[in-house]
Amino acid sequence: MATRIHPLLGAFAILVFFFLLAPLVIIVGSALSDTTFLTFPPQGLTLRWFANIFQMEAFRRTAITSLQVALLGTGLSLLIGIPAAYALNRYRVELPRWLSTLFVLPILVPEIVFGFALLKSITIGLGLPVFISLVVGHALLILPYSVRVVGASLASFDFSIEEAARSLGCPPLKTFMTVVLPNIRAGVIAAFILAFITSINDVSVSVFLTGPGISTLPIQILAHMEQFFDPTIASVSVLLMLVTVGVMAIVEATLGLTFLTK
Amino acid sequence: MVELRTERRYQRGAPALKEYEMNKLARWGLTMPATIAVVLLLVIPVVLTIATTFGEAAGPFSTYTAFFKSGFRMAVLYRTLQVALITTGIALVVGFITAYVIAQMPGRLKSIMIVAAVFPLLTGVVVRSFAWLIILGKNGIINNALMSVGLIGEPLSMLYTQGSVIVAMVYLFVPLMILTLVGVLEGIPRDLIEAATSLGARPIPTFLQVILPLAAPGLIVGAVLVFTGSFTSYATPQLLGGEKQMMMGTFLYQRAMVTFDWVGASTIAAIMVIITIGVVLIMSRMARRLNPMAV
Repeated sequence: MATRIHPLLGAFAILVFFFLLAPLVIIVGSALSDTTFLTFPPQGLTLRWFANIFQMEAFRRTAITSLQVALLGTGLSLLIGIPAAYALNRYRVELPRWLSTLFVLPILVPEIVFGFALLKSITIGLGLPVFISLVVGHALLILPYSVRVVGASLASFDFSIEEAARSLGCPPLKTFMTVVLPNIRAGVIAAFILAFITSINDVSVSVFLTGPGISTLPIQILAHMEQFFDPTIASVSVLLMLVTVGVMAIVEATLGLTFLTK
Repeated sequence: MVELRTERRYQRGAPALKEYEMNKLARWGLTMPATIAVVLLLVIPVVLTIATTFGEAAGPFSTYTAFFKSGFRMAVLYRTLQVALITTGIALVVGFITAYVIAQMPGRLKSIMIVAAVFPLLTGVVVRSFAWLIILGKNGIINNALMSVGLIGEPLSMLYTQGSVIVAMVYLFVPLMILTLVGVLEGIPRDLIEAATSLGARPIPTFLQVILPLAAPGLIVGAVLVFTGSFTSYATPQLLGGEKQMMMGTFLYQRAMVTFDWVGASTIAAIMVIITIGVVLIMSRMARRLNPMAV
């Protein structure tokens, strides 16, 4: 559809984009402010708040935990999600329909409820270490991305290519790795990115699964914010935004950003 | 003759049969790890959590009657529903108009606008809620601006109000709505709108009778995403609402981790699950019925 836009609608859209982007600019500005309190526009420019993050052990430690959890959780969810997505598309008619519903349950169940249930049953009930609970919880939280996004690329994959390779004597696993996987590369990258971003920003599940000495970066930021209101938080936020920028650059380079609207 | 054929088929069929058995094994084997993970780590824990609420000595539904009789707890539930509904309503209007404008844009400008909408979406909830602390705080941007102009003598307290929670929630969810609707609006065939216009329909009837019905399923999907997202949110009400504006998510956390009332927390969890899944089921049925392209 393409019709002319009423100038009022255009102006409204511009205001919306201002509303969406101005807060992020404000965070960057206040991270650079040479004051001990948060303010915008910045008074004086300094990078000392960024230096301050690296001096604070809690931020360093939780950032590393967050990264580990995100990588392990995303890896785990892809490891169990890709085979499931493959089977759902390859043997669509032969598998019960509730199976695909089951794999989106982690989106349907409120995150905060899931976190609480995990704490009760896994961390306390089974006595698993907090770190394991975090990885497992995140892997499950992001499983729907792995199954759905990879599934979307498998839906347009021509399985007769795979059959050709198989009938020429290629073993199943090798066929998958050399024929199927390269064809669904875009889906796998997209799933990885969405899952990683979701994991690294997660609050609702992680808030229950932090124990003595173990916390994730967003939870640490929340805890810090309740006590201090200095530009350190703004500079941590800027670093997190830079991670997002990096990820978006990867998306743009590999898939083009418009895939996100699909 | 017949017997001979079956025998030959059996002999020939042996490898095919083996292949079939292997396929059967494969399709179950491939879905098994994910199935086990979801059942063991999500379904069972959540069901057990809900089940504990029925095991009270005072009767199976005693925690629920206690919840529905308590003015404070009902106020939290009402507030949460209210915030979620208002957020969804605003996000629908704002998101729809913006998505409509984006859908009309030529290619390059369109991708820039999409990037601008995606970027906040990929930025964490904590970071995005934090921005509103700087904007709405006592020493925040709005207060400083109003004071320097001389409109107010003392800083307004805008934080920890329902308004501050709603503003931050709208901020959180508008990008999601925009992205959901851009795809839907782009999918509306141009011919339909041209047909309506060439037959003399004015812009507003065209919008109401052609575009809106076609976008209805997308609007419902967006509304469900925003409603369930804001109904179950934790970080935003925690940061911008505090104790005064307790919502179901923060209430659940408080009961579980501050007062250690696990049965109470599980009751809140059960109510949240029932409302979320109920809304999703009802709305997805409605989306299917409203889809004019499906007929």
